[in-house]
Amino acid sequence: MAYAKGIEQVRVLIAQHKRWDRIFGVCGLLALMVGVLTFAALFVDMAIDGIPRLSVDFFFNFPSRRPAQAGILSAWVGSCLVMLVTAFFAVPLGVAAGLYLEEYAPRNWITDLIEINITNLAGVPSIVYGLLALGLFVYQFGLGQSILAAGLTLALLILPIVIVATRESIRAIPQGIREGAYALGGTQWQVCRDHIIPYSSAGILTGIIIGMARAIGETAPLITIGALTFIAFLPGAPLKAEPPFVSLDWVMSPFTAMPIQMFNWTSRPEAAFHQNAAAAGFVLVLMTLAMNGLAIWLRYRLRKNIKW
Amino acid sequence: MPALSVLPSVEARSDRGLAVPKAQAKSLSFFYGDFRALKDINLVVHEQRVTALIGPSGCGKSTFLRCFNRMHDLYPGNRYQGEIRLYPDDTNLLAPGVDPIEVRMRLSMVFQKPNPFPKSIFENVAYGLRVRGERSRRALAERVETALRDAALWDEVKDRLNDLAFNLSGGQQQRLCIARALATDPEILLFDEPTSALDPIATASIEELITDLKKRITILIVTHNMQQAARVSDYTAYMYLGELIEFGRTDELFIKPKNRQTEDYITGRFG
Repeated sequence: MAYAKGIEQVRVLIAQHKRWDRIFGVCGLLALMVGVLTFAALFVDMAIDGIPRLSVDFFFNFPSRRPAQAGILSAWVGSCLVMLVTAFFAVPLGVAAGLYLEEYAPRNWITDLIEINITNLAGVPSIVYGLLALGLFVYQFGLGQSILAAGLTLALLILPIVIVATRESIRAIPQGIREGAYALGGTQWQVCRDHIIPYSSAGILTGIIIGMARAIGETAPLITIGALTFIAFLPGAPLKAEPPFVSLDWVMSPFTAMPIQMFNWTSRPEAAFHQNAAAAGFVLVLMTLAMNGLAIWLRYRLRKNIKW
Repeated sequence: MPALSVLPSVEARSDRGLAVPKAQAKSLSFFYGDFRALKDINLVVHEQRVTALIGPSGCGKSTFLRCFNRMHDLYPGNRYQGEIRLYPDDTNLLAPGVDPIEVRMRLSMVFQKPNPFPKSIFENVAYGLRVRGERSRRALAERVETALRDAALWDEVKDRLNDLAFNLSGGQQQRLCIARALATDPEILLFDEPTSALDPIATASIEELITDLKKRITILIVTHNMQQAARVSDYTAYMYLGELIEFGRTDELFIKPKNRQTEDYITGRFG
């Protein structure tokens, strides 16, 4: 026997060591449960309060002074439109920045500095983005309290998330694939266009959706830039009957959004409004979960053909 | 072929066992940062011959091979010194004025680990042609078929060209990579230990392929396997610690090495 121990002693030793396996297993499970159960409790509580309020009217009514008639039409339309603008700006900017940093940027101190700054950017509190946007977008650029200003603000907020996700999924591509493409005579852009971007698209998309799921729940920056809490109209339609058929008037429209509607309702004294807030919260969480579900499904679909 | 030419054609000279230089390294050194990985290498690669590079791990054989298609340019801090001349136009592949992409358009490479793209079999082989701007569907289909036939893979994949390349076995993947390299009609085919990740049967098929291909293409191959060098190559270079220790005809080098170090290595006393 190794170390001159009898087999009995070795068995005792193994049993002692295995005790720690079990202890950590239990601790880990407990740690996990704290998170999962907290979320479940919040969600169930909100569902119990809110579900009775859910009806078709709730989705298609404007806010109202009478809680029973109040709905979230302007809020969810506003949220969707703001998300559209956010994606329109955050996706190309974030993907291009991430791609540049991974594939093009020379390795020097400037690049290092940029990388550190992007990491820091992800940690900046969202209210600070709100203040920046208030000064820059709302007043300096004269965008006012519009969907465009809100979309740009949230785009800025999730830019670091998109950049980091892009870089990580690009880094996961094996070097051999890159070398293979370059060895055939590809230029940097050909390699990026035909290989790097398609092969990392699953991870990039996941990052984008996770970023959007974060943005849809953001309240502080939208309040800072002055989103209205009582909106009883919808932004102009994007399509028109007369030429030029497409209209961008809606981007300059004032708006409200789901979390703001919730915030407004919770700050009212009447209990009936609190019920409305719970219902809106329930819808908002479902929207977020749906986005995360979409991210998982897309990742699965797109990664099916890629094995590394 | 003009009748008055003094020099016999390439084919005629090959028949007589004479070889024409296709490329030549002239006092080539290579630096990873401050580390000198190759020291003053002089070597001739003969046309339509297989030249093998052997030596223990870390001797610089792969580094040397990757100089030929300027692979080192992809990473910062690398530096070449000396020349690699490519004939017949006598271009110095390492000259700062020569675009590495142009070099890679002329020389193809097959890597140690099969590295097919996560695309279809067809798209893998067609990619080099697409990079060169070929758009005609018919031309692509023709070249892809020829390349797959040359790589002895056509019969196995002709019915599933749109399948993912990852679904092929390791040996098939490597032959696919060879087809990909052949599709662009390279002047030299560089192999970097092409069989080290393969089983013996797949290895045998790749070796057979190499022997076949040298009838019309110049091959430079790095191998960690001396028997492989002896089996497939016409010329062998033994490298050690970044230096070229001995270079000569394979039969001579393996039977009667001139250098003591070479002898120690090939007889297995060292390495």
